[in-house]
Amino acid sequence: MLSAPLIILLQPRGLAWAGATAAALASFAIAVALTIAVLDGQTQVYAMGGWPAPYGIELAVDQFSALVLLVVTGAGAGALLAARSSIDQQIEPERQPLFYSAWLLGLAGLAGIVVAADAFNIFVFMEISSLSSYVLIAGGPDRRALPAVFKYLIMGTIGATFYLIGVGLIYMMTGTLNLADMEARLGDVTELNPILVAAGFITIGLALKAAVFPLHVWLPNAYTHSPHMITVFLAACATKVAIYVLIRFDYMVFQSKLDDHATQFAQFLMPLAILGILVASAVAMFEGHLKRLLATSSVAQIAYIILGASFVSESGLAASAMHIFNHALAKGGLFLAVACLAYHYRDLRLDQLGGAAARMPFTSAALVVCGFSLIGIPGTAGFISKWLLITAALESGPLGWILVAVILVSSLMAVVYIWRIVETLYFSDSAKGDIAVAEAPYPMVLVTWLVALLNIGFGLFPTMPLTLANASAALLMGYSG
Amino acid sequence: MKLLELLGYYNYWVFAITLMIGLYAVISKANLIKKLIGLSIFQSAVFLMYITMDKVEGGTAPIIQAGVEGQIYSNPLPQVLILTAIVVGVSTLALGLAIVVRINERYGTIEEHEILDAD
Repeated sequence: MLSAPLIILLQPRGLAWAGATAAALASFAIAVALTIAVLDGQTQVYAMGGWPAPYGIELAVDQFSALVLLVVTGAGAGALLAARSSIDQQIEPERQPLFYSAWLLGLAGLAGIVVAADAFNIFVFMEISSLSSYVLIAGGPDRRALPAVFKYLIMGTIGATFYLIGVGLIYMMTGTLNLADMEARLGDVTELNPILVAAGFITIGLALKAAVFPLHVWLPNAYTHSPHMITVFLAACATKVAIYVLIRFDYMVFQSKLDDHATQFAQFLMPLAILGILVASAVAMFEGHLKRLLATSSVAQIAYIILGASFVSESGLAASAMHIFNHALAKGGLFLAVACLAYHYRDLRLDQLGGAAARMPFTSAALVVCGFSLIGIPGTAGFISKWLLITAALESGPLGWILVAVILVSSLMAVVYIWRIVETLYFSDSAKGDIAVAEAPYPMVLVTWLVALLNIGFGLFPTMPLTLANASAALLMGYSG
Repeated sequence: MKLLELLGYYNYWVFAITLMIGLYAVISKANLIKKLIGLSIFQSAVFLMYITMDKVEGGTAPIIQAGVEGQIYSNPLPQVLILTAIVVGVSTLALGLAIVVRINERYGTIEEHEILDAD
């Protein structure tokens, strides 16, 4: 699962793509198999090199990691399946094998974070995935990607270093790096101040990586100017994985051992989440560039996930886990459709895209479906997680009503900005010139529609992700119980 | 006594100060290369923290030899960890510099505000 830098050797570019896609599909298949294995509550553990857990390096997959692993490998496989024509257009042939191998490294890094069971390996995998995503973002023809990626590199490295400081402090006090072992040994630690500092460092560092609201400034530019298929891949899973580590660390290690940590965690993250939801949605309403609009809305959607986690309740966590899954589906689909549009339209500002629906009917329809899912219209996947989030907010106490209002207002804002896209595509004909614009190549449209249908499918029959989400919430709350 | 205690944490003071110097450089410098230098200082500070915490008083290199009993050893694990982190730091720096080279090729400058003006 974590291999295949061999793609670099596959010089003919068709082969490089085929190899990368096959590897991604294989890892997706492994993820599905793992999910089925953990569905009954059995944690799958693999001790690297045969050393038993507290000493050796351990890989562990429980329900929560299985859910995120599905998202990561699914996004990787889906984006790679559709990628070929778009990448052909944006990357020169001789650089393509390198590009695909960087992509696979990124995928391996993200999957590695999810399955790793000790804090330091998470750091190493995090840097593998970050470094390769810097390469991927900077790989496109757009020169504005370079300053964007530089900013991402600086902020990402600071985030990772903060995380490293936190892990170091915990290691100083407990003498272990294994997450489960850490949780057990923290009970014997008498001097809690370093642990508190560590919790702060780790939370801030991961929040930087996850683009939690005031620390999100690197995200819109990096997503806007990267190659279109890379945006699909990263938007669907990169920040989610950082949130996964954040939630896992806080609930598994800190929550049960630090006094009042639950309250501090909630008081720190909840205002940020609320601000993030409102500000990012408002900015997205007035954004004129299609990709930047969607990237900004990602910041708001990440804030939803954080909001769910900050309730510190089982229903809140279930909503978060569910939203990780559903937002990946919706945003992945949206960016796929954008990639299809971009195949013919060079300029993705909204005023240049007028009347695109007449020329690319399938792409536009898929975009609308995924957009509805992002808003949370009943019958789509987005509705399920919004519903869970509102239920959790109501359970969270007297302030619940305000939170529900926040969620509803931001959903209305989402209606506004999705509607602006729909209006441009369907009801305006400002497009200049009469270049015969046809549909994008059929593999791209096919994958886009597959994702769009999944949005509806998981909206109508949400049993599978819901089971996983509930199980992972119960699991995480179990640690702090 | 108080003073001695403070001095006893000498390495940790250096760690904290170096960390802040690095962070300050990253935030305040407009030149991209200087930013990267700051980032490197920032990371090196963390290396120092890890190396400091593995030292055991009176400890020596953790090599088990025949005939030596009751020896106190320093903890080798943080050193191994930080070796990995150094590798990560070097590759980040290399990638950062590569990006700066590309920026210079495409924009003709590595000053942040000039790049912002160019777009």
